[in-house]
Amino acid sequence: MIKIKDLQARVEEKEILKGINLEIKPGEVHAIMGPNGSGKSTLSNVIAGREDYEVTGGAIDFEGEDLMDLDPEERAHKGIFLSFQYPVEIPGVTVSNFIKTAINESRKGRGQEPMEAREMLAKMREKTALLEMDKSYLSRSMNEGFSGGEKKRNEIFQMAMLEPKLAILDETDSGLDIDALRIVANGVNKLRRKDNAVLVITHYQRLLDYIEPDFVHVLYNGKIVKSGDKSLALELEEKGYDWIKAENA
Amino acid sequence: MSDEILDEITGSEYKYGFTTDIESDTVPPGLNEDVIRMISAKKNEPEWMLEWRLDAFRTWLEMTEPEWHNVTYEKPDFQAVSYYSAPKQKKTLDSLDEVDPELLKTFEKLGISLDEQKRLSGVAMDVVVDSVSVATTFKATLAEKGIIFCSMSEAIQEHPELVRKHLGTVVPKRDNFYAALNSAVFTDGSFCYIPKGVRCPMELSTYFRINEAGTGQFERTLLVADEGSYVSYLEGCTAPQRDENQLHAAVVELVAMDDAEIKYSTVQNWYPGDAQGKGGVFNFVTKRGICERNAKISWTQVETGSAVTWKYPSCILKGDNSIGEFYSVAVTNKYQQADTGTKMIHLGKNTKSTIISKGISAGHSHNSYRGLVRVGARAENARNFSQCDSLLMGDQCGAHTFPYIEAQHPTAQIEHEATTSKIGEDQLFYCNQRGIGTEEAIALIVNGYCKEVLNQLPMEFAVEAQKLLEVSLEGSVG
Repeated sequence: MIKIKDLQARVEEKEILKGINLEIKPGEVHAIMGPNGSGKSTLSNVIAGREDYEVTGGAIDFEGEDLMDLDPEERAHKGIFLSFQYPVEIPGVTVSNFIKTAINESRKGRGQEPMEAREMLAKMREKTALLEMDKSYLSRSMNEGFSGGEKKRNEIFQMAMLEPKLAILDETDSGLDIDALRIVANGVNKLRRKDNAVLVITHYQRLLDYIEPDFVHVLYNGKIVKSGDKSLALELEEKGYDWIKAENA
Repeated sequence: MSDEILDEITGSEYKYGFTTDIESDTVPPGLNEDVIRMISAKKNEPEWMLEWRLDAFRTWLEMTEPEWHNVTYEKPDFQAVSYYSAPKQKKTLDSLDEVDPELLKTFEKLGISLDEQKRLSGVAMDVVVDSVSVATTFKATLAEKGIIFCSMSEAIQEHPELVRKHLGTVVPKRDNFYAALNSAVFTDGSFCYIPKGVRCPMELSTYFRINEAGTGQFERTLLVADEGSYVSYLEGCTAPQRDENQLHAAVVELVAMDDAEIKYSTVQNWYPGDAQGKGGVFNFVTKRGICERNAKISWTQVETGSAVTWKYPSCILKGDNSIGEFYSVAVTNKYQQADTGTKMIHLGKNTKSTIISKGISAGHSHNSYRGLVRVGARAENARNFSQCDSLLMGDQCGAHTFPYIEAQHPTAQIEHEATTSKIGEDQLFYCNQRGIGTEEAIALIVNGYCKEVLNQLPMEFAVEAQKLLEVSLEGSVG
C-alpha cells in the first residue's frame, strides 16, 4: 500500500528524518514508537503532505503513485487519513457540516457525486454509535470546548466516516483516560479490514494492548533503528528508551 | 500559507461590474438651489418638500465633512456629481411588461427576477436604479392588509401626511454632513408603512443599483411600523465597475412604535474598486431607528462591497423595555476601507441591546469597528452585551476596534468582549487533510466565524450572503 524509501525531511533547516524505510501492506497494523523528538510526528505530517516540512530526499509511493507532487487534500482523496495529535478548533462549524464537506469534497476529488443526504445521516448515526458518542456531538462546533478525550474520539469518528485506506494515528492515546482509550481503540479495531491499513504512532505501549500491531518499529534520531513484532513493544516498555539510546549512542 | 495562495483566494473579481445601456435622463453635474428645485420639479413634489430640501441644503453648506473616522480617501468633489439620473421611460409603470427590456436584463444578471420567481418565493420588492424606483412588486397583496410599500417619490405624492409626519424625525436634516446632503438631494428610495397590529406576511425588499457614470445615489428609506406591527425588510446593493469613485449617501429611518418590531437586513455589495484600489463606491450612510415602548429593532448587515464604507446602523431605545440589536459581518479585501459599527442609545428603562460584530480583513484593507453604547440618566436597568471579533487573512491588512461606552445610570450593565484571530495554517492543514481544498476551507472557516450573524438573516438571503462571502474572499467562484 505504502512504500517509504530513504525518506529525509527537515523543518526550518533542522534535519529530522534521516532516511526512513517502511513498507505497509493492506490489512496490516504497524506501530512506530520512539522517544520525544525522534521524528514520529514529522513522519506523519510528511506523509500527509504538510507544507512546513521540506522533503530533502527519498520517496513515498502510495498504491503505485508518487505522493510527493500531491497536495494534502489530494492525498486525502486517495485515502490517506491523519488523526491529529492536537485536533484543531473550527468555531461555528458543526461536526456534521464539517464531515459532510470533507466527504463530499473527497468524492468530488475522486470524480464522484455528493453523498445522498439520507445515506450521510444514516452513516453518521451508525458511526456515532460505534464510538459511543452522543448524537449532540454532531451539532457542536468542531473541537470547540471539547475535552481531550472528545477531540480524539472526534478524530476517529471522522476516520470512520471517511473510510481511508491508510489511517495514521498520531499519539491518539495521549490525553485519554482508560475508558476513552478503550472506546477509541475498539472503534479502530472495528474499522480494520483486509484492504486498509493502520499506522499507530505512540510514545507508550498501552494503546498497543488494545490495537494489536503486526509490526513494531522503533524510531530514534530520525531513523528506524529496530523492527520486530508486538513483543518489541513490551520489551521497550520494560527496558525504557534508554536501552535504545544506549545502543545507538 | 504562501502569499501566492492568499493572492489567489483573495483576488476575486467583482461580478456585478457590468453597465447597462439604458437611455437616461441625467441632470448636469453640480449642486445649487436651482438643481434642487429642478429635482423637486421633475418629481412634481409639493411645496413643503421643496422647502424641506432647501433648508437641508442651506444647513449642509455650513457643515464640513467629518474626519474622525479611520479611513482615508480623496474627498469627493460635490460639484462634479450628477444628482439625478433616471432610466428614461414614461412615468409610473403599471406592470412589469412595461419595464425597459435592457433593465430587465440587468436584473437577470444580478440574479433578481422580478416576476414569477419572486412571487413564488414571497418577497415583495422595490427596485431603485440610479435615482428612481423602477418597479415595486406585490403592491396589491400588501394593500389588502393596509400595508403601504412603494417608492419614496410615490409616497410623497400619495401619502404626504405620513411622510411629512415622520421624515427627518429619526435622522434630522442637520444630523451630519452626509445626512444633510441626502436630505437636500435624495431622489428616491423606499417607503413602507405597516398599520397597527399587522404582521407583514412577506419579506419586503429593495434592490439598489447605481448604473450611470458620475452619478451619486442618494436614496432615502423610511419605514414606519405602527403599534404592535411586525415587518422584516431586506436591502441589496450593487454597482457597475468604474474607474472613478461613485458616491452613495443614503439615509434610512426606522420608526418602531409601541410593541412594534422591525427586522432590517442589508447585503451590501457595491463595487469595491479594482485590485490596485482604483475606483469603487464611497458608501457614506446614516441608518437609525427609534424604538418606542416595548418595541424592537434588529439590524443585520453583511457588508462586502464599497471602496470606503462609513456606516453605523443605530437604535435609539426611547421607550421602556425596548430592544436594539446589531449583527454585522464586514469583509474588506484589496484596498477597501470600512469604518462601521453601531450606536445604542438607551433612554428608556429596562432597555436592552446586543451587538455582534464580525470583521474580516484581507489583502491591504482596513476594517474598523466603531460602536457607542450610551446609557442615559433615566435609563434604569439598561443592559448591553457587545462582542466584536476580527479575523485577519494575511499580514498586509488591519483590524481596529473603537468601542465607546457612556453610562449615566448606576444600574447600567455593559459587557464588551473582543477577539482578534487569524485563519491559521493549522486550521487550513486540518481541513486539507480531510480532503477540503484551501478555498473551500476558507469559505467553511469564514462561514463558521460569521454564523451568529448569518443566522439572523432570512433563509433566502442567508444563502445569498454566504455565497457573497465566498466570492469576496476567494478566487474564481462565480
